[in-house]
Amino acid sequence: MRFQKATAIALYAVLELAADPERQLTAVEIAEKYGISAHHLAKVLRDLGRGGLVDAVRGVGGGYRFAGNAKRLTLMDVVSLFEDVTADTDELPPQAAGQEIAQALRFVLTELDRQTVATLRSITLSTMLKLVARRPWAGAETKPPRRRVRQA
Amino acid sequence: MANRLAAGVDRVRRTTQAPRPRRDQAPGIRPATETDVPGVIALDQDVTGLLKRDYWHDMFERYGAHPDATRIFLVAENAGRIDGFIVGEVRAWEFGSTPSGWVFAVQVRPGRRVQGLGSRLFETVCDRFRAAGVDRVRTMVAPENTVIHSFFRSQGMMAGPFIELEMRLD
Repeated sequence: MRFQKATAIALYAVLELAADPERQLTAVEIAEKYGISAHHLAKVLRDLGRGGLVDAVRGVGGGYRFAGNAKRLTLMDVVSLFEDVTADTDELPPQAAGQEIAQALRFVLTELDRQTVATLRSITLSTMLKLVARRPWAGAETKPPRRRVRQA
Repeated sequence: MANRLAAGVDRVRRTTQAPRPRRDQAPGIRPATETDVPGVIALDQDVTGLLKRDYWHDMFERYGAHPDATRIFLVAENAGRIDGFIVGEVRAWEFGSTPSGWVFAVQVRPGRRVQGLGSRLFETVCDRFRAAGVDRVRTMVAPENTVIHSFFRSQGMMAGPFIELEMRLD
């Protein structure tokens, strides 16, 4: 799946700030690190502030600070501020004859959505930060999957 | 956007209070004995609401009564009370998989959670798996069971190479 741009920016910002809750960063500092628009990030940070995830510190030397509990907040808590990733609810075609294939497709897509939602709900910001530190992708094998697997 | 934000704000507010750490004695983790089974049954019933006497006696018989390097049933006991348990086994060659550790059950008393006890149980069973010569551990979780799913994720577990499939046998 691919997140909307605002969601991805929000995740970068929240995780960057949650990595050190005592630290204050400006939108420009975060934007430079991730190569994103400071203007877009500033809008996203305002939404994150309204959501209670970050605190804005005003005045000279101000910036943003993480305001949540990284062991409790999940990726879903951040993502759901910006987009809907719940099960697909597209309307079926109006003609009854065309609905069977549409219903079967919805059935399969719902399976994917459930997996996505379960994954986002299960990963806390703290777990994400541990993942960043562990870098499991660095040693991951890149072999293609075997074509035939013998069942036991 | 506004509605999603409002709903998100409520959810975030509910999740921003960190639990207070407790300072009582850390439970000891050790292999289960037959006298622990009633405590395991009671803890499981407290958490799930289901009384499964036969199931846990059978689990103990399989994984605890004759422990070896590949069958592991551990409990966390504190002052005679079972505060947690974990059950696992080394399995080999199902679905073409090389031998790996499997965790079937893990439970921590709700009042003892978020204090590292579940992590200690998991680390201990992983140490046993390593000692048995395997290099990975697997489990399965229901997608809606966010607590246990988050726990395994927090230990570093990721999606594995297999996909679970099922169908109804009507």
